[in-house]
Parts: sequence; C-alpha cells; structure tokens
Amino acid sequence: MKKQNLKAWLYLLPALAFLAVFMIYPLVDVVVYSLEEGYNSASQTFRGVGLYNFSYVLRDPYFLAAVRNTFILVVITVPVSTGLALLISLGLNSIKALKNLFQTVYFLPYVTNTLAVGLVFMILFKKTAYSEGLVNLLINWFGGPSVDFIDGPYWAKMLVMCIYTVWVVMPFKILILTSALASVNPEYYKAARVDGASRGRIFWRITLPMISPMIFYLVITGFIGAFKAYADEVALFGTDLNAAGMNTIVGYVYDMLYGNSGGYPSYASAAALILFAIVFTITCVNLLISRRTQIS
Amino acid sequence: MKIVLEHLTKRFPNRNRKIKSEVVAVDDFTFEIPDGTLIGLLGPSGCGKSTTLNLISGLETPTEGRIFFGNREVTNLPPEKRGVGLVFQNYALYPHMTALENIMFPLGNLKRDERPSKEEMRERAREAARLVQIEPYLERRPSEMSGGQQQRVAIARALVKKPEVLLLDEPLSNLDARLRLQTREEIRRIQRETGITTIFVTHDQEEAMSISDLIVVMKDGAVHQIAKPQDVYDDPVNLFVAKFLGTPPIDVFDGEVKGGTLFIGEDAVLPARGVEDGPVKVGVRPEGFIPDPDGALRCGLDRVEVMGRDTSIVFRHEGLNADTGRAIVDAEAARGLEGGEVRFSLKPLKTCLFDKTTEARIRLADGGGKAAGR
Repeated sequence: MKKQNLKAWLYLLPALAFLAVFMIYPLVDVVVYSLEEGYNSASQTFRGVGLYNFSYVLRDPYFLAAVRNTFILVVITVPVSTGLALLISLGLNSIKALKNLFQTVYFLPYVTNTLAVGLVFMILFKKTAYSEGLVNLLINWFGGPSVDFIDGPYWAKMLVMCIYTVWVVMPFKILILTSALASVNPEYYKAARVDGASRGRIFWRITLPMISPMIFYLVITGFIGAFKAYADEVALFGTDLNAAGMNTIVGYVYDMLYGNSGGYPSYASAAALILFAIVFTITCVNLLISRRTQIS
Repeated sequence: MKIVLEHLTKRFPNRNRKIKSEVVAVDDFTFEIPDGTLIGLLGPSGCGKSTTLNLISGLETPTEGRIFFGNREVTNLPPEKRGVGLVFQNYALYPHMTALENIMFPLGNLKRDERPSKEEMRERAREAARLVQIEPYLERRPSEMSGGQQQRVAIARALVKKPEVLLLDEPLSNLDARLRLQTREEIRRIQRETGITTIFVTHDQEEAMSISDLIVVMKDGAVHQIAKPQDVYDDPVNLFVAKFLGTPPIDVFDGEVKGGTLFIGEDAVLPARGVEDGPVKVGVRPEGFIPDPDGALRCGLDRVEVMGRDTSIVFRHEGLNADTGRAIVDAEAARGLEGGEVRFSLKPLKTCLFDKTTEARIRLADGGGKAAGR
C-alpha cells in the first residue's frame, strides 16, 4: 500500500512540480511583494513589511478610476450580453430554415482575431482625417451632431467599450444557451401546450428554470471575465489607458509593472490581490444565489 | 363524452427528402368510442397508435378526416381548447416543481377570469391527488419519487382540469413488472371512479387485454380489429391479429382443405364445412390442443415444461411455421409423455383458418370458430 502511494505521487510529480513553479510560487510571491514596503526591483531591497502598498493603491486616483470603469463594464455588459444571447438563442431555437447558417454567423466573432474586431470597430466609430466613422454618418443622417467615440467624452468611450465587450463575449453565450435550449425535452413543451400554457408562461415557468443552471454558469464566468478585461480596451484605445481614462484593474496592474509609470511590483501585487478579493466575493455571492434558486 | 373519428388520415412527408412519397402514419380511421369507456390502442411500434393519440389530443392536425367529441367538432381546435388530459410515456413532469405545483400548473394556465383562486387551485389539486392516492408526496419533486408515484402525479395533472377525455401514451412501459400490474389496476379504478372516456396506447397485448373495454388492434396505420378483449383473442379477423394477441402466441401451421376436411400434413384434423379446397394457414391457440392417444394431429415431442401452474408441451411438426410449437395442457394429461410422438386432438373453437395469401380469416359455414355460444 505504501509502495502504491509512492508510485501515485511519482506519477503526479511532473504536474505538481509544474504547478508549484508556475502557479504556487508566483501566487505566494504576489502576497510577499504586496507586503514589502518600498521595494526596489533594481537593488532587491525593501524598507519594511506592512499594508502601505494597499493603502497607496486604494488612494491612487488612477486605481479608483480603473475600479469604476471595471465595475461599469461588469454591471452593464454581463446582464446585457446574457439577455441578448438568450433572446438570440430563443430565436435560433425556434427557426427551422437557415438555422445552421445563423448559428455560424453568430459564432463568427468567437473565432475572429481581437485585433481584426478592433479594426472593424475603428471603421464603425473612429474619427479620422478621411471619415467620421460609420456610426457618426448614421447619427448625422438622422440629424444629430458627430460624437468622437474614441477620444471624446467619457460616456461615448464607455458606450463603445460596452458594445465591443458585449459583441465579443456573446458568441460563446449563444453557443451554450442554444445547446441548453435544444437539450430541453420537447415533451415538456407538448405537455404544457396540452395543459393550455401561454407562450409567456411556458418561457417563464418551464424554459427558464430548465436552463437556469447554464444561465448561472454564464453569469458567473461572465463576471469573472469582465473583471479581467484589459486586452479589448487596448484594442480600442491603445496602450495608454490612463490617459484615455479607460483603464481597468488588470490594466492598472499591468501599468504598475511595465507601463511608462511602471516598475512597482509591490503596488501591482496589492492591486491584483484587491481584484482577487472582489472577484472572489462576487463569485461566492453568485453561487449562493444560484444554489438558493436552483433545484437540488 | 363519446369520441368519433371519421376517415382520419395523417401523412408525414418522408424524412429522406429525395423520396417523394409520404409516410402514412394513420390510414383512414373511422370508429366511434362510446362514452365512459376505456379503449386500448394496441399495435407493434410504428403502427401509428401514438400519432392517433396525438391527433385526438390536438398536438398533430390530421391531413384528412374529422374528429368529434360528442357533437362538437374539434378537428382544428388547438389542444388546450379540446378539454383533454394527456399523460406522456415519460410523464413529462416538470423537474423544478413539486408534485403539488405540477398538478396545479394546468389550473394556473387558465385565463384570468376563469382562473380559480390560489386556495381553490390548491384544493382541486389535492382532490386530484387524493383520487390517485399520492397525497403524502405532494411536497416532493419528481426526482424524489418512484416511477409509480411520478406516474400518478402525471395522471393527477391530466385530471385536475376535469377533462372530458383522458389520453395515456404507453402509461406502463417505464414501470417494473410488479408496479405495472398494480398501476394498470389503478388506471382502471380511476377510470371507473371518474367515468371519463379514456384512450391508452400500448404495444403490450396483455396490458390492453387486462383493462380495456374495447381493443383497437392497429398495424401500419390501419385498424385491423375493434372488439372486446376476449373477442379479439378468440375471434381474430386475420392472422396478424391472431399472432399479435396471446402469450404464449398462437401456433400457426400450413394446412390444406380437401373436400370439407382440414388437413395438417397428412392428418385430417377437423371438419371444415363450406371452405373451398386449397392451402390455408391454421392457427391453434396453445390451450386448443388436447393430448389424446387417438388424436388426429401427430407431432414430434420436443420436451415437457412445467412452469408453476402451467404445463406446456413443446412439439415439432413439419407444417409448423416456427421451429417448435407450444401447447398448454392439464398437468395430468402431460404425465407419462416421453420421447418420440405426441398426438393431439384440436378444439374447434380454438382453431382458426386464414387465407394463405391475404391472411384474412376464413369462416366456416356452421360458424365454427366463433366464440359465441361457448
């Protein structure tokens, strides 16, 4: 039995070693960095140990702006993208002709390169010397004034950011929800029809509860994904997100490490741990809610 | 509420689009189901019995023909306007609702002005639950109930709106053997208590025989016979019906009628007055064989099987359409049978003749084989 155990551990060793070096050590290191005050990466020295890094980060206006941006993004894009994906999935599920074509079309953004998507959004929204962008043309056509979506007012930039995020995350949700809808046993719908349930009642009382595990899954992963937003912001507004006022928490962490104002691994670590705490709390709340509303 | 089906036909387009011909699931049905009866739609799988049920429930619309509930034509009415209760093969209970919520669901679907109050809904659901005897389990979810209990909840849900017609699609096929016996008695009891016209679909002839007032035997979308269970068994209209009903199944021989006498092989087994000379199929129910040292039918003895109350003689015969045949006999009569040959005389009422090509029943001139007067 002892020998058996030894063998098992031996087989696990490569994976464990890999995890230890690339996951556990960095995690521990982040905590260590976040507690070392006045750490200097050139001389590898620090003044003392304490929570100063956290208090610095929490008072840094750039960080607070990043937190605000991230929260706005999360609060808007997660419900909107999940809701839209549900509507589209319901549509896809109820049509017969061209179903596969539409499924492919809706899935395309998922396999499209982020930068290519960024380019499309440039054409749609960016003001250049040659064009106002398609959306502005549309606004003008309806008689409205042009808006600079990329370098203009905050709400315009946030709007573009939200549309972009929703557009990028939706395909996966549509994929999951269409398969969830398709897996609902059609006998439930037949039974409901014989019992005289209206379409609305069928949706609220049968369809939605049946696919609720998938919706909760999408909401939870959606929250986590949205809190980690960074690459999409860069694709739209370039690398200097602080200047654009569109930074996110992950962006702030990155800037603290490598950006123009970078070289502060301690601040970066503290910010990363704060992000972790936020995501952890929200995921726990989500799980609690989902457990309470779901069937055992 | 009596149900009348008039020339009911349902054709589906072929799944394979290259084949232009349509699949006829239900072919020109005409029959009347008397008020308050329990009808068994019986047939092998794919014979159109579930489609018939769906047509009656309104889940499918007929290609041709009309359906009446009483004097009301319902052919083009959607299911919810027909006043039918339907129980599905897999019960289709909503897994996220308790038994009580499941039973109340149809009531909650009523339009605002017809909808009873919450208390009344609960009371009516309780009443339905009492009828099917699942009151103690009303707070459970379907996953916490046994198959038989789920079945009862499904029936209660179908009955809660007090429908005029109850439809059951293979109601017993998901239950184990013991529960099946118990539940079919239960269905019979509920049907008697409510007096509701009930149609149930099954491929199990024993099930249909045991509880139906009338059996409708179907094959390939067509009705073959509609009669009381015992009449379908004793007096089948064709070879298919004869073979489909009865366990163990009917023994079928190739025979020949010569000069008013029925021959199986060389043996003149029975008189067959009024039947034209020529080859025929002979069906003999297992209980129609009497072991008799002087019997006309000579068979090779394969073995004697004693299973509880039944003793059966397994025999061989050249004219038999299967490898062996089976006769169910008195234990006394089978005693002492050993090796070699066994001779039977046949009971005329348990022996039916069928046309060799059309397989339709050939009736004897004196009405022999007819169950009546037995």
